[in-house]
Amino acid sequence: MNSDLRYRLCQTNPALGAVHANLDDHLTRIAAARADEVDLLVLPELSLTGYFLKDQVPEVALELGAPELERIAEATREGTAVVAGFVERARDGRCYNAVGWFENGRLVHVHRKVQLVHYGMFDEGRDFAAGEHYDVVRSARADVGLLTCEDAWHTDGAFLHMLDGADLIVVPSASPARGVLASEEGGLASVAAWDRLLATHAMTTTCYVLYANRTGWEDGIGFSGYSAVYGPDGTRLARIESIEEGCLDGVLSARDLSAQRTMTPLLRDSKPWLLQRELERRFGASDLESYLDGNWDEDWSDDPDIDVDPELDAIDDENEE
Amino acid sequence: MSTAHELDLDLPLATDLLVSFLREEVRSAGMERAVVGLSGGIDSALSLALCARAFGPENTLAVLMPYRTSNPDSEAHAILTADRYGVERRLIDISRMVDGYIEPNAVEDGTRRGNVMARARMTILYDLSVEWRGLVVGTSNKTEMLLGYSTQWGDAAHAINPLGDLYKHQVVQLSAHLGVPREVLEKPPSADLVEGQTDEGDLGFTYDLADRILYRLVDRRYTRADLVAEGFDETVVSSIVQRVVRNQYKRRPPVIAKLGYRTINQDFRYLRDWMS
Repeated sequence: MNSDLRYRLCQTNPALGAVHANLDDHLTRIAAARADEVDLLVLPELSLTGYFLKDQVPEVALELGAPELERIAEATREGTAVVAGFVERARDGRCYNAVGWFENGRLVHVHRKVQLVHYGMFDEGRDFAAGEHYDVVRSARADVGLLTCEDAWHTDGAFLHMLDGADLIVVPSASPARGVLASEEGGLASVAAWDRLLATHAMTTTCYVLYANRTGWEDGIGFSGYSAVYGPDGTRLARIESIEEGCLDGVLSARDLSAQRTMTPLLRDSKPWLLQRELERRFGASDLESYLDGNWDEDWSDDPDIDVDPELDAIDDENEE
Repeated sequence: MSTAHELDLDLPLATDLLVSFLREEVRSAGMERAVVGLSGGIDSALSLALCARAFGPENTLAVLMPYRTSNPDSEAHAILTADRYGVERRLIDISRMVDGYIEPNAVEDGTRRGNVMARARMTILYDLSVEWRGLVVGTSNKTEMLLGYSTQWGDAAHAINPLGDLYKHQVVQLSAHLGVPREVLEKPPSADLVEGQTDEGDLGFTYDLADRILYRLVDRRYTRADLVAEGFDETVVSSIVQRVVRNQYKRRPPVIAKLGYRTINQDFRYLRDWMS
C-alpha cells in the first residue's frame, strides 16, 4: 500500500432474491461513492441476492460475464473499486457463494467462499459448492485479501493472505444477530465475538481488516450490522454502532501500516515452511492427496504415527450408524 | 429485579431487535399495522407494548374477547393495558359464539371447551386482521411453546411472533421494562378457562424451574444427565422433556405425504419472505 486509501463500508439490507432491485441499489451507491472520491466501496456477503436463498440459489445465480455483473464493473470504470457479493454459477453448473472485486471497468477477481457454514441455522453446504483458494487481489491501490464471513472463523485464510502480502483483509458478511442476555460489555454476544475475532486477525496478520456486515430480517432472523474497521495493531478504528442500514467512511493510512510492521514484524518472522513441514509430518504427501479426495478420516486414523483421540473415533462410529 | 438471573436480558437491546423485527416482517407481508388479542395477562401485554412502539398506537388494535365465565379482572387488566399504550381497543364477547356450538353439542370437557374458546378468538382476530388491514401478532413465549401449553390453531395461531424466543422470566423482565401495568405484572399467570386456575398449578412446576431446565436443554444443549448432575429433580426434568417431545407437532406445519420429487416443506424450500 503506497498511499492512503479512502474506504466506505455499507451495511445494506438486500431484498431476498430480488437481484435487479439490489443491483439498482448497488449502482446508486457506487455513483455516490465515486462522487465522494472513495477508493474502495465494500458491500456485504450476497449483497446482490440476500442470504437465506435455499432453493433460490440456482434461480438467482449469475455466470461470469452476466449483464448484471457487467453493469457493476462498468460503474467502476472511473475511480471507486467495489467489493460485492453474488451467487456465481460456474460453467460446470456448480453454484458458489461469491465475492467479486470490481475495478477499472472489470470484474478483476472472484473469491468463492471456502468455509461454507452448515451448523445451527445455516445450511450452505447444501446449496453451494465450496471454493478452494485464497488469493490476494493485486489492485493498483493495495494488495487485498478477501474472506467471506465464515472464512474468517478459520485461521488459515487470514494467514495465507498475510503470507501473500495483503495490506488489508476485506470481510463481507451476513452474520445473524444472536445472544441478547445481559453482559458486562453489553450488546449482542455475536457482535462481541466478531469484534474479538477480527481484532485478532488484524493484530496477528498486521493487516487492516474491513468488515461489512448486512442488516435486515429474513424470516425472523435478523442480521447484526456493526460493520467495523480494524488497524494493523488490532485496534478497532471505527464502527457503525447499529443494526440498522448505514455507511462508514474513513481513510486507511499507509504510514501507520508501515510503522506497525516495523514495530511488530510478524510477517518477517512467520515460518510457513515450518507449517508445511508440520502438515506433511501429519498427513504426508500421499495422505494429503486422500485428504483432497475427501476421505481423509479413514487414512488419518489408520496412521500409527498420528494420535487420534479415541473419543472422536467413537463419535464417528455413532454417526455412521 | 434486585438480583441477577441467568436469563436476564439486555433490555434496550432486546427491545430494539424486537421492534426492528416487527416493523420489517410486517412490512414484508405488505402491511403496516398489527392486531393483538389482549387477554389481561402478561404475554399479550408485552406483545401489545412492542407493537405500539413499532407501529405507533394508532396502528395497533387490541382485541379483548372475554367469555361469560372469564375472570372479570382479566377484562379490567386488559383495558388498563390497552389504555396504558393508548391503542384502539375492541371488546368482543365470545359467549354466544362459543355457546352456539358447545351447548347444543354438550361439550362438557374443560380442555375441549378451552380449545373452542381459543379457536373462536383466533377466528375473530383473523377476521379483524382483514378489516383493520393489520397482521395478527402472536403472544406465545418460548417456555409455553416448548411445553406445548397452548391450543393449536388457537392462541398458537398468528402470522409473526416477537415473544417466541423469550423465556417466561424474560417476558416478565421485558414487560416491566416497557411499563406493563403492575396489576398485570404481579398476578399469577393463568389461562383463565376455569375459576382459580393458574399455569403453574396446571403444569405441576414453576415457570422459573421450567425456564432454567429448558434453557439448559435447548439453548445450551445439555443432556438430561447433565441436569440431574447439576441437582435438578429427575422427575421434573423427565416430565419437561416429555412435554417438549410430545408437543413437537404444535410447533411444526402439518405433515405432508411425499409422493413427488419436490414436496412442500421438505424439498421445496423458500422463506416466507420470498421476494418480499
